[in-house]
Amino acid sequence: MHTPKNTGHFARSSAMRHRSERRFRTLALLATLAGVLALVTLITGILNDGVAWISSGFFENYPSRSPRRAGFHAAIYGSLWCISFTALIAIPIGICAALYLEEYSKRGRLHRALEILIANLAGVPSILYGMLGLIAFVRMFDQFDEGASFLGMPLPLGRSVLAGASTLVLLILPVIIIATREAIRAVPDTLRQAAFSLGATRWQCVRHHVLPSATPGIMTGIVLALSRALGETAPLIMIGALTYVAFVPESPFDPFTVMPIQIFNWASRPQEDFHHLAAAGIIVLLMFLFTLNGIAVLIRNRADRRLGKH
Amino acid sequence: MSADPGLTGTPGDQPGVPALLLRSGRTSARSVKELVIRLLLQVAAYSTITISLGILFVLVRETIPFFAAVAPLEFLTGTDWTPLLEPRQFGVLPLVAGTLLVTLIAGLFVIPVGSLTALYMSEWASARFRRVLKPFLEILAGVPTVVYGYFALTVVTPALQIILPSTRVFNALAAGLVVGIMIIPTVASLSDDAMRAVPRALRDAAYGLGATRKEVALGVVFPSAFSGIMASYLLAISRAIGETMIVSMAAGSTATITVNPLESIQTITGFIVQVSLGDTPHGTTSYQTIFAVGLLLFAMTLLMNMVSIWIRDRFRDSY
Repeated sequence: MHTPKNTGHFARSSAMRHRSERRFRTLALLATLAGVLALVTLITGILNDGVAWISSGFFENYPSRSPRRAGFHAAIYGSLWCISFTALIAIPIGICAALYLEEYSKRGRLHRALEILIANLAGVPSILYGMLGLIAFVRMFDQFDEGASFLGMPLPLGRSVLAGASTLVLLILPVIIIATREAIRAVPDTLRQAAFSLGATRWQCVRHHVLPSATPGIMTGIVLALSRALGETAPLIMIGALTYVAFVPESPFDPFTVMPIQIFNWASRPQEDFHHLAAAGIIVLLMFLFTLNGIAVLIRNRADRRLGKH
Repeated sequence: MSADPGLTGTPGDQPGVPALLLRSGRTSARSVKELVIRLLLQVAAYSTITISLGILFVLVRETIPFFAAVAPLEFLTGTDWTPLLEPRQFGVLPLVAGTLLVTLIAGLFVIPVGSLTALYMSEWASARFRRVLKPFLEILAGVPTVVYGYFALTVVTPALQIILPSTRVFNALAAGLVVGIMIIPTVASLSDDAMRAVPRALRDAAYGLGATRKEVALGVVFPSAFSGIMASYLLAISRAIGETMIVSMAAGSTATITVNPLESIQTITGFIVQVSLGDTPHGTTSYQTIFAVGLLLFAMTLLMNMVSIWIRDRFRDSY
């Protein structure tokens, strides 16, 4: 390891070294607090800008050219529609993929390649997922004529809730897989060995023992991934989610907007009043995110208690 | 699991499928079900390959016609970027310069701040302080980027304008600083993990020689954990390069080559957002530019991520 190259280290007086120790410690503490300070400034700034603008009208109104009459209704419902379909599609695929990688896949070159691939996917900028979504879902590679449909589903998907949700699925799938794998890996091997020794098949072992023990960890990972999807803006701008939506989607094939896009739209306008609306929107969005995270903590705590009792 | 990764059926059924199917009817039905489930899970796992290939395919497919109209060399070495206005110029360097400027500012901010945070958390902080601090970092990591963009635009820029009056309304400095704040948790958490993985014995040996905490932190812990710390830097830088909302909201849309952080600039991601919000018709060369610069962005971040993952795996637990 590191060895002092000269005796200068030892020649310096102990008092000097301890002074330098205190100075460095203070510096490190200040750096640590810088992040905390930034967060506090951000939150208080936004509360300051937006709280006064949160009213019942803000929740009920559609966007408007007049800031006083503009509201967040369409954005809130659009986000809920979008995130529900994202969850519906991403959760089963994510868990299945993680189960395969942890419980079934042979540890070989292919397994390793898949792991690297997923780690890389988690680092791809979200806007590139938006480009994929635009071509693959919104336009479906221009392979369909206008008015084409399949089982009542219009093709291509266009700028619909389903196209947005599918795009977000691509984005959070690697996140869900990585989190789920970690939760599965934390399940002690003795549990599996006990199940196998009683003659359980692999799926029986996974279904009745591994999955239940890993559930709290999996839930936490999923909720964090979904909160990421709820806050995503760039990929949805890319697929052309609208910024001026005066209605609430009634089916997954309807156009939509989401909270972050409405916030972006308001924040990009020069008038001060729209900035206040953006801040109010941010407060609502953050409330949703905190609630989601709160739910994750609750699930984890309850599951911990239940498993603890057994 | 780890006991026997090769184990695919029940332990007794080991060497493979046909043997399983030859068993009694009950076992056979069971093993068919096992096979079907296994296949289903496998398809889910392999779907991630489709996503990766999909991104690459889409970018390349749309870039090919672009490079039929614009020479690749002109694209990569040109210094004028006006793809939306006549006369159209397709030199990407101004966008690359803008991206690198923001990334540089973010890096200059986050590398000292994030590393010191990690050092403090792993070497000085009490368990209680860590318990208080961790949620802050988690919230910082969970704040949507559009919120950071708003923060840059309405808090950081006005504050900068007080200190440096020549600061533009849209400028690289505010965007870069806020991107830096956004990636503090990436650097701090990953570096903290790496530092805490340094064996206690190494620290104790240095303490036994009379080293102070700072000497242990900088002389033993930091160098020992350096590969993990480096991996966190690269991951953070890759996120800074790909960050979109903060730069589109706060950095402006002037594609210029400048080192003055108070000027308005444009990044690769900022340009993509500008085009997708505008009314550039699909299928034109101007529209295809977003896929060409998207491919460039993909290459830049992929390189960073690959090196980061490689460093992390290559040097993991190598004490």
